[in-house]
Amino acid sequence: MAYKIIASQCTGCSACEPECPNVAIREKNGTYVIDPKKCTECLGHFDEPQCVAVCPVDMTCVIDNAYPRYQA
Amino acid sequence: MQRTDYVSVTEIKSLGNLLDKVAEHKGCGTSSDNGKASCGSSDGPADMAPDVWEKVKNHPCYSEEAHHHYARMHVAVAPACNIQCNYCNRKYDCANESRPGVVSEKLTPEQAAKKVLAVASTIPQMTVLGIAGPGDPLANPEKTFKTFELISRTAPDIKLCLSTNGLALPDHVDTIAAFNVDHVTITINMVDPEVGQHIYPWIYYKNKRWTGIDAARILTERQMLGLEMLTERGILCKVNSVMIPGINDQHLVEVNRAVKSRGAFLHNIMPLISAPEHGTVFGLNGQRGPTAQELKALQDSCEGEMNMMRHCRQCRADAVGLLGEDRSAEFTTEKIDAMEVTYDSATRKAYQEVVELERQAKSAAKLAEQQLLTQLADTDGISMLIAVATKGGGKVNEHFGHATEFQIYEVDAKGSKFVGHRRVDLYCQGGFGEEESLTTVIRAINDCHAVFVAKIGGCPKDDLQKAGIDPIDKYAHEFIEQSAIAYFMEYVAKVKAGEIVHQARGDADIRQGAFTAAA
Repeated sequence: MAYKIIASQCTGCSACEPECPNVAIREKNGTYVIDPKKCTECLGHFDEPQCVAVCPVDMTCVIDNAYPRYQA
Repeated sequence: MQRTDYVSVTEIKSLGNLLDKVAEHKGCGTSSDNGKASCGSSDGPADMAPDVWEKVKNHPCYSEEAHHHYARMHVAVAPACNIQCNYCNRKYDCANESRPGVVSEKLTPEQAAKKVLAVASTIPQMTVLGIAGPGDPLANPEKTFKTFELISRTAPDIKLCLSTNGLALPDHVDTIAAFNVDHVTITINMVDPEVGQHIYPWIYYKNKRWTGIDAARILTERQMLGLEMLTERGILCKVNSVMIPGINDQHLVEVNRAVKSRGAFLHNIMPLISAPEHGTVFGLNGQRGPTAQELKALQDSCEGEMNMMRHCRQCRADAVGLLGEDRSAEFTTEKIDAMEVTYDSATRKAYQEVVELERQAKSAAKLAEQQLLTQLADTDGISMLIAVATKGGGKVNEHFGHATEFQIYEVDAKGSKFVGHRRVDLYCQGGFGEEESLTTVIRAINDCHAVFVAKIGGCPKDDLQKAGIDPIDKYAHEFIEQSAIAYFMEYVAKVKAGEIVHQARGDADIRQGAFTAAA
């Protein structure tokens, strides 16, 4: 699985973009999106997913159930 | 009363067209008394080291005196933040809101640099470029320093400053010094994690989200370290504190001592802004802001310790213009893209020379005021607040109904000094006063004995009198402080003659919500 950003909640503050260890986050139409192919849920990098940790709006960076869990 | 020769900017003819560019502005009068300046420095070299005065004299946020003459702009290049505060909601954005953390559009460093040139060439008063968010400048170090780099290359005479929560500050002090940023504001609301845990739900530090008391402990350690590192390097630091009744109001005295001992230059205690519609934690849980008298009492109690700033307008992270006005709508990205910008520093330089002349005239006026003071005999310990409608220049020169804010002066046996300002809605929009807005004004200045205006209509005059506030228009276009002293002397004489009985006034409201002054 990967994380996804709920666009309607995203303030476009960009805080997540530089924190992603996989450079999986980019801006799209004023908000930010995660590339599910690149997202590793921060496994092997950090104890907690960085986008979730830094996002100012709770429940905005969430697990995307459309993808299987990432295997390190 | 005694008149003093005074040269105002608009009276100097020789500068011709330049003066058309000098926008009329709202500012408070000079602040002065026998003791310490009420906010920032008002007295210039007399009460501070010459090198410090050189640094602050043209910075509206550091010098109460400078904010009459000089403008600042904020560029919103730093949207990301690394902490969460209970008085802030990052989802909120409204063009009619005027408070920190709010912007209408974000800028890239390149857009910001062009905007700065456009504004600096249009507004000759512009001396300072600040980055204040809407997040934290140091949580966006690349964007922030890229902006500084571009501006210092194209407009080297513009002063650079930034405002931070301090968490990332120790990591960037050397870069800040390298860019000659000589003013840094740190928002410090506590020095005790027990208090801090009620203000900050979390921080993001070293790739981890910290909560509760741990978060507050890391934050306060980083803030104190950052402050010490800055002052060691001779960078001037202002500390902003949000006064939150019941949470940190008493504690801010301790904060004041802590930052003073680490070399902070100026302390700005601001009232909490919280309304349910802002969607902040404090807005939603009903946390109230302080009343005008609570705020003043706290500022007064910290005053002996260090310079207090009382002219802060709690502006937006994309504000443009003099404090108390906002011209950001004139400089949207769309408008700037369409502009041919040629950088013009000559007009600004000429303007600054005019201000120097005006400052000299003001010190002459101050001498006259000192003479008045000596005539004050025994005053029975009477002190009072006076609200003043002014457009700036230290004079009573605004119509009651046109005032968007009132300057508050305190007068007692020691003299008169500026102690704050109160925002009000436009009471009069073309001749007809509305009862409701008059009530708002009265609530905002309810702790004052009198209100000085250039002009006032009959109806509001009666209502003010009924509310116990004396409406005074006889000092129209006179200097505020001399007028306040003259009024005070007459008042004391009447009390002594038994004509009136001196009574203490009640408290007043600090206007919540927002008002963006029309450009």
